[in-house]
Amino acid sequence: MTETTVAPPKPVVVEEGKPQKGWAGQNVPRKEDKRLLQGEGVFFDDIKRHEMGYVHFVRSPYAHARIKSVDVSKALELDGVYGTLTGDEVAILTDPFFELSVKPGADMKDYALAVGKVRFVGEPVAAVVAATRDLARDAAQLVEVDYEPLQPLVDARVAQSGGAPVLHEEAGSNVVWDGTFDWGDWEAAAAEADHVVKIKELHFDRFSSTPLECSGCLVEYNRGTGQWTMYCNHQMPGVGAIWMAPAMRVGIDKLRFVTQDIGGGFGNKICLHPYFVACCLLARKLNRAVQWTEWRTDQHTANAHGNERWFQDIEVAVKADGTLLGFKVKALDDCGAFPRYEPLGCIIWAQVTPGCYRWRHIRVGFTQVVTNKSPVSPNRGYSRMQHLWLTERIIDVVAHELGLDPVQVRKKNYVKHEEFPYETPNGCVYDSGDYARCLDIALDLVDYKKIEEKRVDAEARGKLFGIGIGSTLDSGTNNFGQSMILNPELQFSGNNEVATVKLDIFGEIVVTLGTVPQGQSHETTSAQVVSDILGCSPADVTVRAGHDTYWNSHAGFSGTYASQFAVTGLGAVKGATDMLAGEMKQLAAVVLGCAPDDIELADGTARMKANPEAALPFMALGAILNANNAGLPEDLNITLNCRYVYRPPFEKPDLERKYGNLTLTYATQIHACVVEVDPDTGVYEIVDYAAVDDCGKRIHPQIVEGQVHGATAQAIGAATHETFPYDEDGNLLTPNFYDYHVPHALDMPPMKTGYIESESPFTSLGAKGMGEGGGAGIHAVCAALQDALSSRGRPIVTDSCNPYHRVWSLLQDPAASRAGVEVVSR
Amino acid sequence: MAATAPVGGKTVTVRVNGTTYEREVEARRLLIHFLRDDLDLTGSHVGCDTGNCGACSVLYDGTLVKSCMLLAVQADGASIETVEGLAEGDELNDLQQAFGAHHALQCGYCTPGMLMSATALLREKPHPTEDEIRKGIQGNICRCTGYVNIVEAIKSVGA
Repeated sequence: MTETTVAPPKPVVVEEGKPQKGWAGQNVPRKEDKRLLQGEGVFFDDIKRHEMGYVHFVRSPYAHARIKSVDVSKALELDGVYGTLTGDEVAILTDPFFELSVKPGADMKDYALAVGKVRFVGEPVAAVVAATRDLARDAAQLVEVDYEPLQPLVDARVAQSGGAPVLHEEAGSNVVWDGTFDWGDWEAAAAEADHVVKIKELHFDRFSSTPLECSGCLVEYNRGTGQWTMYCNHQMPGVGAIWMAPAMRVGIDKLRFVTQDIGGGFGNKICLHPYFVACCLLARKLNRAVQWTEWRTDQHTANAHGNERWFQDIEVAVKADGTLLGFKVKALDDCGAFPRYEPLGCIIWAQVTPGCYRWRHIRVGFTQVVTNKSPVSPNRGYSRMQHLWLTERIIDVVAHELGLDPVQVRKKNYVKHEEFPYETPNGCVYDSGDYARCLDIALDLVDYKKIEEKRVDAEARGKLFGIGIGSTLDSGTNNFGQSMILNPELQFSGNNEVATVKLDIFGEIVVTLGTVPQGQSHETTSAQVVSDILGCSPADVTVRAGHDTYWNSHAGFSGTYASQFAVTGLGAVKGATDMLAGEMKQLAAVVLGCAPDDIELADGTARMKANPEAALPFMALGAILNANNAGLPEDLNITLNCRYVYRPPFEKPDLERKYGNLTLTYATQIHACVVEVDPDTGVYEIVDYAAVDDCGKRIHPQIVEGQVHGATAQAIGAATHETFPYDEDGNLLTPNFYDYHVPHALDMPPMKTGYIESESPFTSLGAKGMGEGGGAGIHAVCAALQDALSSRGRPIVTDSCNPYHRVWSLLQDPAASRAGVEVVSR
Repeated sequence: MAATAPVGGKTVTVRVNGTTYEREVEARRLLIHFLRDDLDLTGSHVGCDTGNCGACSVLYDGTLVKSCMLLAVQADGASIETVEGLAEGDELNDLQQAFGAHHALQCGYCTPGMLMSATALLREKPHPTEDEIRKGIQGNICRCTGYVNIVEAIKSVGA
């Protein structure tokens, strides 16, 4: 059992004055800020090389077509064009990227450029390199591609039907992966239930976090060594290299990834390998540095969407008193034209199989299919968000249909504080938390006790009034062994992250990370952890900005993704710093003539505990070992340059039962949303909003709260406006920020935050990964809308995204949304 | 489809953050690309291709503009202020300091444009209300912060 602390329900403020010892837990100034506030950050697009060429991709205007010919001759005739690359060349020079899936997905061939066919609008068909961005774009227009259009597939629900076009003929099917997950005893639960609530279909929309900086890279090829350097914004270089190197038929050491500042990632910068391979081939072919910056419209059209998912034939077993026994569902996931990071989304959801609830009987039939849409990639809340939206929708539909109070249904069925660590039906271990307490704080923040008064007031103004709750978990630190549940042949399991910490000649403390931050403040929080161990100030600690393969501070899973830095990244920093502290004590003991245990590190010195005046400043230690080491004992085996690989304690899962611990930590988000709806137009406003977070020990409360704000804003955007709809020909209807409306400052509701700290018993700092959130805002908005509309024919919210026109439709025809809902009572 | 041949160049003289630059530019050169690629002032960013995101916001003769919506030739003779001109030497100005203190930036990509919009707002309205602040930055998209701390930072400067 871990200690839980209730905090005052007000936003964290910057603390004034000099922080005391115990830097972790304080709001120290961010190390990243000074350069970013002066426009002195270095984003990949800021980097230039002499005579570099600009890359522009020729992209498919068709969702599905056969490529009959590609003619680049006219483009090559244009002055200032350096060269081109086509799919035919790519097919000769590279092998298809390896696929994670078993068959049929395993047989889907994915190259850097389209080979033989195009499968989504915007798919790169050829690339042109020229002296300027504009010239490259001009030249791309001169590339002549002859297409034979094919019937597009845009609805995942017909992907397996007889007349459906098959995207990947080699696979012989549009199915990437399918399987059944069956835990507990669904039939027994249904037999025991007093009510079985049935829901025909729910739909989780396509959207993405759309980082403000688009993707890209500057690639240099060193002919002498055969190595490529990519100055880029890839957020998971460890896995990126594992994809790229075999496809390019080179050793992994030939690929160097360098990042400094990245303008947001949110998962959308994980699947950049096709573009980067094309750029690498061009840099080698043209013997010239090449630079590619994705255009915003290309980012929306062709880079990375979040997974779209249909939930069908849902059945929920409920006792008369509101106790939930279990559910079964068929999940149909639409991953777009190529699997890429998929089918991992077919298992990642299982990290949070029961959501926040104690039901034990769960059966999920999961199928993933390809369609002629943009490929997906992980997107903030990846795969768990879709599943948690299902569990939250189930709670609110059940409460709605059985006339139960959604607050009480949640409290009755939440995993209880005293039950942690809690093993879920599929073997995951929820480490700590207090969901009911978080819910109480959220309700207090929206003044729930007066909610009926507020409802009356809103109705007097002609508005429909609703409140909704979103209860989610942000599971962090993956056990990549879960991939073996999808494909037993895969050789991935566990997880790791690396840091090095060194004491240099003049006493500099220098930290390098394997992570790839995109705004998550890794430099700052690392310095807090280091300074606590070494007895100095964060200002004394230099944390190198970004990631560089040449630093040798990375491992196979290095990157910044899946809410894990506070566990894996800081775990590595702590491990390396503990090693360094031990070595500094050893050295000081030799110099001062005592035992290492007699030494303490404090005030920037290594000193004798019994005689603090016998002290060596860090500078002396660094200088002695690095530059003045004659006479040191032979057996003093230290380097003052310590590398540590953090490895969480995971076992491989039981593949037969699809059972095991899939993630190490589970942060909690409980949100409450209050809406007012205009009954004539469907226009609604979020009039009050509270987000309560529990991520265990907070290393830097202000940074944690900033992540909560950001995740909430993205969820509200996804719930209200952000969607990637396609027309019947496979054209994306919201291909840039003109049509794809993300929240602006005026769109954001007043946001209140609260927190508790349930420290994780499984991590070295008691911290949990956080940042992604579980999409709690999407669930809360959907629930609030359903509550608000219930007096108008009791419609059911069946879609995750509810722009005004969809709310208007629910008001006009509530029966249509109810047609798929049925309660069978004993 | 035939490409449009670029129209010939023109010499422009632009004052940026107090320094005068003279450059030959293509007629179709956008002001943002002129700043970033010709002058190597990479603090102003590009986040979209439709004028929606505001990452490229700069002041043009004191007026807030999106520099992707202007051609470089339109800036001939103008005085431009960018994020690089805000600090006094190495000393951050009040607005920059407030952004840091309130954690009003995460990835920092929208920040230069956001700072320039806030600068324009505070010159016009030294003590803006929250509503005026939100209107003042409505042309700037931030995907990290939900705007909460950005609004607080600007509010603290105008208090």
